[in-house]
Amino acid sequence: MELKEYFEFLISDYTLRTISIGTAVLGAICGMLGSFAVLRKQSLLGDAISHAALPGIAIAFLIIESKNSVVFLIGALLSGLLGTFWIRGIVNKTHLKSDTALGLILSTFFGFGMLLLTYIQKIPNANQAGLESYLFGQAATLVESDVWLMSGVTGISFIILLLFWKELKILLFDPDFTKTIGFNTKFLDILITSFIVVAIVLGLQTVGVVLMSAMLLAPAAAARQWTNKLSTMVIVAAIFGALSGVIGTGISASSNNLSTGPIIVIVAAIFVLFSFVFSPGRGLLFREIRFRKNRRDLQLHKTLSFMYHIAKDHANISHPHAIKILNNFQGFTRKTLKQLEDKNYISLDGNMWQMTPTGYEKAATLYDQISKSDE
Amino acid sequence: MEDQIAVKIDDLTVAYDYKPVLWDIDLAIPEGVLMAIVGPNGAGKSTLIKAILDILKPIAGSVEIYGKPYKKNRALVAYVPQKGSVDWDFPTTALDVVMMGTYGSLGWIKRPGQKEKKAALEALEKVGMLSFKSRQISQLSGGQQQRIFLARALVQNASIYFMDEPFQGVDATTEKAIINILKELRKAGKTVVVVHHDLQTVPEYFDWVTFLNVKKIATGPVKDIFNDDNLTKTYGINYKVAITQ
Repeated sequence: MELKEYFEFLISDYTLRTISIGTAVLGAICGMLGSFAVLRKQSLLGDAISHAALPGIAIAFLIIESKNSVVFLIGALLSGLLGTFWIRGIVNKTHLKSDTALGLILSTFFGFGMLLLTYIQKIPNANQAGLESYLFGQAATLVESDVWLMSGVTGISFIILLLFWKELKILLFDPDFTKTIGFNTKFLDILITSFIVVAIVLGLQTVGVVLMSAMLLAPAAAARQWTNKLSTMVIVAAIFGALSGVIGTGISASSNNLSTGPIIVIVAAIFVLFSFVFSPGRGLLFREIRFRKNRRDLQLHKTLSFMYHIAKDHANISHPHAIKILNNFQGFTRKTLKQLEDKNYISLDGNMWQMTPTGYEKAATLYDQISKSDE
Repeated sequence: MEDQIAVKIDDLTVAYDYKPVLWDIDLAIPEGVLMAIVGPNGAGKSTLIKAILDILKPIAGSVEIYGKPYKKNRALVAYVPQKGSVDWDFPTTALDVVMMGTYGSLGWIKRPGQKEKKAALEALEKVGMLSFKSRQISQLSGGQQQRIFLARALVQNASIYFMDEPFQGVDATTEKAIINILKELRKAGKTVVVVHHDLQTVPEYFDWVTFLNVKKIATGPVKDIFNDDNLTKTYGINYKVAITQ
């Protein structure tokens, strides 16, 4: 079987194994930290940071004139942070809204980065080849040391999340309240933002500046659909992210030369799509099913309530009536009558119907909010 | 009982841009009162609370909680923000939100344990929301969300409670339930400060009132100063309310 062959290959092939582990770890950290970005309504920040990192990479190359991924990461980190601070500055100091500020900084930095890339391509330096792979990423360039670096950062951010879990949770939910009970919200804010920036920078080599934000947001958006608990959301997002990485790498490796970054992002997007449709609580499918069921129940109750009004004028509530007299009202079919009979609310006898005491009771208290207990 | 001053505000001025939102406020809130802050939209009522709680940095002035700056005495203070200030679709449960009231006394890193959970459950019971403890907060009605916020403040077990429009968008039953809890707090010697909009209910609910419209217009016992004169000064129109006590 093809899948089995692939897994055997995955275990035996050193390069593929390295890349798979690398993209899985990257997916996990992005999912984890992306949950925080999504819940803070800072989804676009990731996009801005990753685009803002491009000129940093280009400048780093211009300075050292050779390819060194650690130096590139530092360059990306610095310009990503600079972009973030400018965005904050614009939002704080002007009347522009954050989406405007993000768009402005994102495209300016990216444009400047592209300018530098084209300039670099024109200078006679043999090392420049492959620099443009930072645009869409190239997972094939991942080596073992990159994977160690990613794992190290993931480990540290995991510990930080565990350590400051309660503080970060309350900051996400209610920042003002967090401040009043004595937590340094600025510190927490910088803490979580820094980790998001680091995760983005780590992913640039693999997924590239253009697609990086999807890596951050997609697993988190998908995970939100499956749970109403923050801890579960973070864990599920990490799992979705890791799976996107592994599956994406697998598809890319088994079908020749499809570039890995875009495939990982598409796999992550499929997770989102699947979650939006099929998650039990918030998914579109189950919502539609619930909606239809409720509508059916409502129609049934409506018929029952008409019957109640007819029946209550008689001394004997179970006095039989002709089905025909229901014709004056909407919402009755043979099927609804059958359903009502199944629920033991009425009994049918030829062309006559009569209410049962259960049905009468039910109809009398239908949608009585006060008399019902709250749960 | 009214000798001790719970909150003392001197020369407080707050501005967002150029225009002051609060101008030179002097205010002393005696211990043990249930006080309403009333004033028109944009009068700075919420801002006053936020400035007291150090959420906003004032341009000038000082705030003292039992004679010390807020930073030193924050354990004595509980806060109920406006319900609309948070995203109720946040993935968490009612109990979890109420537990957040214990985070302040826990301090950094320490996790809430059984003791905190017990306190949170008690507070939920007090606001009549115990049966909703595991409910996802987005599935609560507006009034229920407000009760959850109140429970969170109760868990803080403070001496002074600041509440920003706790009656906004709640039904009559919830309003009654909330005011009864506030009156209980006062009976226990706590000080309660409430941003309030419904002038009709001021005499019934509160014993102390502050009229605010950027400047402080008046402050004192409801029976002495809740009159047409102060209402007119605050709201700028000739205000007539039937005060029946």
